[in-house]
Amino acid sequence: MSATAIAKPQAQARPNRRRKTRLDPTRNNTAAGVAAWLLALFFALPVLWMVLTAFHSEPDAATNPPSVFAPLTLESFNQFFGASSGVNPWPPLINSAMASVFSTVLVLVLAIPAAYALAIKPVKKWTDVLFFFLSTKMMPVVAAVLPLFIFAKSSGMLDNIWFLILMYTSMNLPIAVWMMRSFLAEVPVEMLEAAQLDGANLVMVLRKVVAPVAMPGIAATSLICFIFSWNELLLARVLTGVRAGTSPVFLTGFVTSQGLFLAQVCAAAVVISLPVLIAGFAAQDKLVQGLSLGAVK
Amino acid sequence: MSTTATPVAGRRLRPANLLKPTTRERAADWARRAPLLPALIFVIITTQIPFVVTIVVSFMDWNALKPTETGFAGLQNYVEVLSNSDFRQAIFVTIILTVSVVLACLLLGLGLALLLNQKFFGRGLARTLLIAPFLVVPVAAALVWKHAILNPTFGLINGVLTWFGQLVGNPNPPQLDLLSTHPLLAVIMSLVWQWTPFMMLILLAGLQSRPGDVIEAAQMDGATGWQVFQHITLPHLRQYLELGGLLGAIYIVQNFDAVFTLTSGGLGTANLPYAVYQTFYFANEYGTASAAGVIVVIGSIVVATFALRSVFTLFKKEAAR
Repeated sequence: MSATAIAKPQAQARPNRRRKTRLDPTRNNTAAGVAAWLLALFFALPVLWMVLTAFHSEPDAATNPPSVFAPLTLESFNQFFGASSGVNPWPPLINSAMASVFSTVLVLVLAIPAAYALAIKPVKKWTDVLFFFLSTKMMPVVAAVLPLFIFAKSSGMLDNIWFLILMYTSMNLPIAVWMMRSFLAEVPVEMLEAAQLDGANLVMVLRKVVAPVAMPGIAATSLICFIFSWNELLLARVLTGVRAGTSPVFLTGFVTSQGLFLAQVCAAAVVISLPVLIAGFAAQDKLVQGLSLGAVK
Repeated sequence: MSTTATPVAGRRLRPANLLKPTTRERAADWARRAPLLPALIFVIITTQIPFVVTIVVSFMDWNALKPTETGFAGLQNYVEVLSNSDFRQAIFVTIILTVSVVLACLLLGLGLALLLNQKFFGRGLARTLLIAPFLVVPVAAALVWKHAILNPTFGLINGVLTWFGQLVGNPNPPQLDLLSTHPLLAVIMSLVWQWTPFMMLILLAGLQSRPGDVIEAAQMDGATGWQVFQHITLPHLRQYLELGGLLGAIYIVQNFDAVFTLTSGGLGTANLPYAVYQTFYFANEYGTASAAGVIVVIGSIVVATFALRSVFTLFKKEAAR
């Protein structure tokens, strides 16, 4: 929701004490800066530690006190990619990529027309439809996972990546409809009508009037759908096995099959988190829009 | 596009004897609905039908390992869930986990958002660092917490304790083993760490959408920082706090990854999603698992009623533009 949508607070400061000093908004606030930096480093510490440990050798990783300045090595990454262990991480990584990318595309294909029918040329009772979509997100996955499991088992869809793709589409579609609707609601209706009066055809209208508003929304929606699908564990754990298992499933089995190798666990965590870290850092503002279902723009 | 105005105008001008919608109007209505239908039908098939099946199964006596004993069970599964101490514990854990994580994340997120809203050197980089926990795949984050941070022999926490001990000349500093002594606290810590950035991002966006002119006017009039916070910032942030809190609650209620990875649901940390998973996946008790699933949904509906109300407020304001 844009700033204009939010009601201005009624509270006004009472002019009881006049002071000459005024907070200069351009001035650096050193105290806040120091505090923010300390907290930022504190929160990032586990991530930084994970990355650092991934580049350490196993003996250096498992010391107390920690060997922060131990020499760096790519050993753990080599091992993760199967140099000595023989466990191949590529199938789960490819499965994850397939599940995330294809489900995101499917979500967009279904969500954009739906959002169009809810925002630009709204159907009757469109608010009810919108809240129906949201209400399906309130239903935890655990309440539906057993029938899905039984269905997949009886129809031979168990351990099939395409079934997982359909489930991820269903998981993300309500979020995507909400987000896309809130973006498409910003399409200027007067411009739409003017374009029609001028005889522009549908393709033209979509390209010139709708697309400029919709593109940032599509980007934000894709980012969120990709992240949620990439991260998902419960459905993947229940519905896939050796063939269609995704990276998170692989990761949960990694420790038990490899014994405990700290540096390798960290290397695996880094590799599997990398796509999300890159996408999320690259599109931080999109992340906010997506997480709030498009309510914050 | 050209059909937009036609049905409305037609309806208004139509004489009384033609009140039944014409074929053409009906076609226009369907043309309006058509783009919506694929998504709607897909969601109904993939979410509502499984849920109805879950409700049906929750009234059945069904264990996959005993196919001959399948039958109607009435409320037996619900009685079992609510009287079984493991399930009751799971309900309790779910509530504790959700409430404590959401509250802690909101408070920390608010503090961080207020700090990040100030101008200081390297603010963008600090913000990026703060988002990092949220961008680590949850399973990976849980594994790192379990093995690289909380591990009693060479985890980072004990490593730092040893290091401090050596600095102050204590060769045997206290060592923690949170995963064994306070497993639920360990789960809460890792979740707070992971979800605080989420709250921070939403609240920061809220802070930045504050009306600048009002704040400036208040400052001109001599309002103190605390007065501005209390009378302008907080009322303005209220709906963002609600939105963040309730979205967070929806996600945390369903959390499975952290419990599964950190403790495997052991030592009294199994929440309802984990208990349901275990009941049907390992114990094959389909009926009981479904009853527990239905109970999770009822709990979520209670939370969701509040969530929907809050989202609806934001939504109405937007619709009223």
